[in-house]
Amino acid sequence: MSSSSAKLPGKPAAKTIGLHVGTIRPGVPKVDPIITMDNVSRKFGGLVAVDVEHLEIPRGAITALIGPNGAGKTTLFNLLTGFDKPDTGTWNFAGKSLAGIPAFKVAQMGQVRTFQLTKALSLLTVLQNMKLGAKDQRGEKLMFSIFPFLWKAKEQEIEEKALELLKRFKLDTKKDDFAASLSGGQRKLLEMARALMTDPVLVMLDEPMAGVNPALTQSLLEHVLNLKKEGMTVLFVEHDMHMVRHIADWVVVMAEGRVVAEGPADEVMKNPAVIDAYLGSHQDTDLGTVTGRITLPPKGKK
Amino acid sequence: MDWSAILSNTAQGLLSPATMAFALAALGLAMHFGFAGLLNFGIAGFMAIGAYGYAISILTFGFEWWQGILVSLVASVLFSLLLGIPTLRLRGDYLAIVTIAAAEILRLLFLTNAFVDVTGSADGLSGYHNSFRAANPFPEGDYGFGPWTYNNIEVWVLILGLITLAICAFLLLLLMKSPWGRVIKGIREDEDAVRALGKNVFAYKMQALIIGGVFGSLGGIVYALPSAVNPGVYVTSLTFFVWTALLLGGAATVFGPVLGAVIFWVLQAFLSNVLPQLVSSGILPFISSIQASTIRFILVGVGLMLLVIYRPQGILGDKKELTFVK
Amino acid sequence: MILSTTQRGSRSWIQLLMLAVVTAITFGGLFATSAHADEVGTDLPFKIVGNVKNEGIALEGVRIVVSGGGYTAETVTDADGKWYIGVPEKAGYTVSLDQETLPAGIAVIEEGGAEQSVEIGPSGSVTKNFFIGEGERIVVSLFDQVIARIVYGLNFGLMLGLAAVGLSLVFGTTGLSNFAHAEMVTFGAITAFFLGGLLALPIWVAIPAAVVISGLMGWGLDSGLWRPLRKRGLGLVQLMIVSIGLSLAVRYLFQFFVGGGTSQLPGFDSPKIKLFGATSLSVIDIASMVLSLVVIIGFAWWLMTTQTGKATRAISDNPDLAAASGIDVDRVIRIVWIVAAGLAGLSGVLWAYFRPGIKWDMGAQILLLIFAAVTLGGLGTAFGALLGALVVGLLVEVSSLVIPSDLKYVGALVVLIVILLVRPQGILGRKERIG
Repeated sequence: MSSSSAKLPGKPAAKTIGLHVGTIRPGVPKVDPIITMDNVSRKFGGLVAVDVEHLEIPRGAITALIGPNGAGKTTLFNLLTGFDKPDTGTWNFAGKSLAGIPAFKVAQMGQVRTFQLTKALSLLTVLQNMKLGAKDQRGEKLMFSIFPFLWKAKEQEIEEKALELLKRFKLDTKKDDFAASLSGGQRKLLEMARALMTDPVLVMLDEPMAGVNPALTQSLLEHVLNLKKEGMTVLFVEHDMHMVRHIADWVVVMAEGRVVAEGPADEVMKNPAVIDAYLGSHQDTDLGTVTGRITLPPKGKK
Repeated sequence: MDWSAILSNTAQGLLSPATMAFALAALGLAMHFGFAGLLNFGIAGFMAIGAYGYAISILTFGFEWWQGILVSLVASVLFSLLLGIPTLRLRGDYLAIVTIAAAEILRLLFLTNAFVDVTGSADGLSGYHNSFRAANPFPEGDYGFGPWTYNNIEVWVLILGLITLAICAFLLLLLMKSPWGRVIKGIREDEDAVRALGKNVFAYKMQALIIGGVFGSLGGIVYALPSAVNPGVYVTSLTFFVWTALLLGGAATVFGPVLGAVIFWVLQAFLSNVLPQLVSSGILPFISSIQASTIRFILVGVGLMLLVIYRPQGILGDKKELTFVK
Repeated sequence: MILSTTQRGSRSWIQLLMLAVVTAITFGGLFATSAHADEVGTDLPFKIVGNVKNEGIALEGVRIVVSGGGYTAETVTDADGKWYIGVPEKAGYTVSLDQETLPAGIAVIEEGGAEQSVEIGPSGSVTKNFFIGEGERIVVSLFDQVIARIVYGLNFGLMLGLAAVGLSLVFGTTGLSNFAHAEMVTFGAITAFFLGGLLALPIWVAIPAAVVISGLMGWGLDSGLWRPLRKRGLGLVQLMIVSIGLSLAVRYLFQFFVGGGTSQLPGFDSPKIKLFGATSLSVIDIASMVLSLVVIIGFAWWLMTTQTGKATRAISDNPDLAAASGIDVDRVIRIVWIVAAGLAGLSGVLWAYFRPGIKWDMGAQILLLIFAAVTLGGLGTAFGALLGALVVGLLVEVSSLVIPSDLKYVGALVVLIVILLVRPQGILGRKERIG
């Protein structure tokens, strides 16, 4: 049984504490929430994919969103980022309502996401992928684009920033390769690096560890921890409980579209509702994934 | 077999209004499909708008030739908006069906007897050349050499066509080398990823649709400049022939569409000259010369299939930068 | 043919223009130059002419419409009451006189009313003079007209439906938008013509044989072209463009063999039987509707109850899951191609009777309507395609009561676009889950 735990430092990273107000329960208020949502629901046909009464995501911390397959985690992600519209409810990002805001504007507000199935732009080079993330490039406007002197200087700036990030993510040697030629893990890294090009406030990672080989796990974890250090808020969906335990300051557990539990990682894992959520409705889920003893090769979970 | 006549006629395929019209339309498709990934199967409709817009504004409204061109361009922008606003949010193959249907609707509207006074119905339109020919700076006489000998009117058409083509190709080159072009190519690869990076994907796709549409309608105008507007030209087969030219040269390139159009017309001119002669000289037995001229369209179809299967990137395309990965 | 070696310059230039013009004709278009209002299509090879008079007095401005074989043209009579409409083919046409444009108090008084069938004679022309006299205008009530149109629309819709369910099955199981489906329609008609017309087999042998041969063609296309391409891993857009290439190649191959004209299947001119109101159908029309219905019911039974039918639906639903649960996907797709091609072939035969006549591009003429039907019903759902086809058929026929008959396809295409906008999943399609 191959375990990624051997490659992780024995001690979990330093956690941010004191995020909530009052007793820990599903929907507990946070001291400084970056996202708040009320009565958000989304149905597909007769199936209720998401039905969240109240949820707050703490600012400046790393929050993990966990739950069995079909719990509605990815749907919630899509709702939060404007890729899908809820049937009911209100939800705010940094105090601004996101109702009716299209995905690209949500991204411009500083909330950037990655995808469960990595979306590297295969036929663009790694460097072009990175530059695409940059903000405030006038040359992306049609009227300016045909006059290179209007955007060349900014382009230089963007390139430097991109190269710096690529170096940090150890992709600098690949900068002129097509993204299609990267391995699965490298694409995850590229997607994360590209997201950082937008100078986000909130980074939302949909299964950052899925399909990443163990050798890259460590550096990915460190990158996520670095995001917090640099003042960003992180919200991620993950199946790998080890990663959750290791880096998450706060854990939100979903099952059948609802938030069934939340709290600091260690406490949540002991919560009977969580164990029930995993074992009760989804007995086929490997215990190891729940307890974090083993890392399942995560598959697409549609 | 009269080889000198065959070769001379073939050589003219290199530089003719039809070749330039195809090249412009193929450039438009390169913008749509090659770079932005938009499946436009209605390029014949854009060309029809160019040709009819030009002819109708001169014949019905008494405009000058250059005003006619402007009217055509405005009309093609409106057509793009009409097509794009509802469909660009939908899945790609819906755009294909909507564009091909819209082009057919346009053709039927130009063909119907209901508007015969304006469109000429099945007869099409002609006799709109006065203003254009009056603006001809070339004095009467013959220009060029060998098979490329033209009178002053033909030269005027060719020069204008070449200038238009050069401007469009240059513009496309600039666009695709710019950050705007980078976003467009990103959308071709995965529009959700680009959306997640804060780009207004819909606006970019609309801009690409409009630019390609304007190129297409310029192609239609160049097609109409020398002779007449005939509704039988703007059928779906025309769309598919332009696609063939585009894929031949390379869909995700700037010079590929131009090269593709030239090769397409040179081959067409060659085959339409050589096949009947092969029949009349007895080399191709058992078939009539009408059948012989059908062969070249069969070959277009076969060529298109082989091209897409064995060399989807076209002649000039980068092998790694296939446009069909999805 | 030896061309002069000295030709060059503007003469060659004219030749090039000629090439463009010839191309234009070959594109299936019409070639004509300027004409008077009372003469249309004067450059077409055949003509229908007439003279509208009432007791020797010419009637000016009477509207005449000629239609048939997918061609429609109209004109109005000149000061001498004369009219001239050129037609592209030596075939049967329907000539109608718009009685609304006659002066008050007079009407067409001959048997059959203001709509008459004519056949182009050996001279390449035919004269059609309507008998006009004083009398009650035989006004067909709007209700009767609508009923008649609905019946024709159902007939047309059922015929389209046969083609549409096949296209939809192929799309559902392989994801291919098959533009060459139009040529499978034409293939059925041409095969029936070859067997029934040239080999003079009885029609009840020729038509089933044509359907079987069409099915074999489908099998051949799948195993010779589409399966290898799927194995090569070609993308869907690539496959779609291959089908466009195939469509062009096969269409012109048909033209190579049958020429540019129209030929008739045996029994196409069977007499019309007046049924009720303004509705009259020929034996062939009635047989066609019955046949379509029987085949469609048989097809539905196959799809709903047989093992293969269920497997087909399973693959349309989720190909990976179907393959994982032990369904032989390749085999099912092969059968789908055979069924689709057979249905398309039958629809081609019926279309040849409906138009009437076989022609090299007859399938391409209705391809977009078939696509419209499939999209309308919901891409990839077979019954949706059938429903869509009926809607399209009715729409085309009924709308021609209000809009000019040469624009009747426009209505269907506009509706196609509108449906895509308001309900992109079609009438029966399911809304896709996003993300």
